[in-house]
Amino acid sequence: MSLALRYLPVLIFFAAWEAITFSGLVSTRLLPGLGEIGGAFAGLVASGEFFTSAARSLSRSGMGLGVAVVLGIVIGLFMATNRLFQLLINPIVRIFYPMPKSALIPLVMIWFGLGDSSKIFLIFLGCLLPVIVSSYNGARGVNHVMLWSAASLGASRAEILREVILPAALPDILAGCRTALAFSFILMVSSEFIIAKDGLGYLISTMGDGGNYPAMFAVILAVAGIGFAADRLYAAFAASSLRWKESS
Amino acid sequence: MSGGNVVAPQGAEIRIGKTGAILIQIGVVVAIAVIWEMSTRLGLAHPFLLPPLSAVLGRLAEDTMSGSVFLDLTLTLYRALTGFFIAAALGIPLGILMARQKLFGWFFEPLISIGFPMPKVAFIPIFILWFDIYDTSKIIMVVFSCFFPIVMATYAGTKNVDKWPLWSARSLGTREGQLLWEVILPLASPQILTGLQIALPVGMITTVVTEMLMGGRGVGGAMIQAGRFADSVGVFAGIIEIALLGMVVIRALEMLRARLLIWHPEARH
Repeated sequence: MSLALRYLPVLIFFAAWEAITFSGLVSTRLLPGLGEIGGAFAGLVASGEFFTSAARSLSRSGMGLGVAVVLGIVIGLFMATNRLFQLLINPIVRIFYPMPKSALIPLVMIWFGLGDSSKIFLIFLGCLLPVIVSSYNGARGVNHVMLWSAASLGASRAEILREVILPAALPDILAGCRTALAFSFILMVSSEFIIAKDGLGYLISTMGDGGNYPAMFAVILAVAGIGFAADRLYAAFAASSLRWKESS
Repeated sequence: MSGGNVVAPQGAEIRIGKTGAILIQIGVVVAIAVIWEMSTRLGLAHPFLLPPLSAVLGRLAEDTMSGSVFLDLTLTLYRALTGFFIAAALGIPLGILMARQKLFGWFFEPLISIGFPMPKVAFIPIFILWFDIYDTSKIIMVVFSCFFPIVMATYAGTKNVDKWPLWSARSLGTREGQLLWEVILPLASPQILTGLQIALPVGMITTVVTEMLMGGRGVGGAMIQAGRFADSVGVFAGIIEIALLGMVVIRALEMLRARLLIWHPEARH
């Protein structure tokens, strides 16, 4: 199937959107036309407002996510290789893992106020748990024969961890990081809606509060597009880093 | 997540038995509770930033007596579950149709795969604009965020059903209608359940965020109210309530999975 035919439904979707606004079936206040939204977006780009907000938001989620990924992999692998450490961390993971992390928004507001650190901390906490759990599960599932072979060939514990466990756990770790990436966007946007004075989420709510709906739609669609692009880029990166694996 | 040490013990590795493991884990929880309580009592942490555990538990007891905990929890649970079930009722049939009917697959596949990774919470202001800030709008938002993972998982699960059981069933005279219920759905059910298990926590997160943004009763609304009035005890009480609710709901779905898939090889672990 050609690319054009494959993405034709997307075109149909936007055509229907245009048709609805053009026919006057729905008030343009509730559903602005695509041209209007595009114009509002161009305005936000020209004034620099869009890029300043995007830079704030993405640096926040990037920092929270980055620290969570590094720390999460270390904790997860350490849990899988050290029984005592696993027993100490497991109850904490069990308690925090099923908790909807957005419940922490009022807490980080009390602890850190409206600045950057509240959002970074929230994103960090939200992304940490899926990475820990997936790294732990991945490392735990390593074939024992490989570990014994490595050990009998004289590999040290550190070498086994780096050369055997980490690569074997990589598919799980990469899947966990993808979940974390999605969480980082959800938490970034929702915390910026509720406690922020800048960023994309804040820009959306100011435009909405001011009744500038075309601009509100424009930023929402842009955020959705950035989230989509980040996921696709990550998927490509993950696939290329697993190329050495046979099958799957 | 129980047991399992991947590196074979070398030299002075500590061996911990089953009871020892349980005791250590209970000990961790108790230690956290004691450290929490003592750090404020000893003046190490500011009582506003970290109110003592006893104060938080006291508040929870008070709110339980007055019944307001149940009102908030019930509302939050009602919104989360209604949204989740509507999403499942729409998403599972659509996923199956997409996998079985070429035209549906062609039309919805690109739309769903583009919509899936988008951060759905960004659309909350649009739903406020369209449906106002009450229950309808909150529930629709939950439906919207749960819908995509459910459709994706159902579509993938149904599409990847092995052709051999289908051919055997057909050659044994199974009608197309029966095929869906007796062969395709059971074979796709592990993946469909996985989709539901991804959607449920997403739905919980969304419920809490919509409640915080749109206000009104419910745990999220109560917490943001407490936060605005600098009532940190109330914020912590809310976190404990929502953590318990999350644990119960997610555990219930895990148990449902174990029950439904009792025939499946995964149940043997």
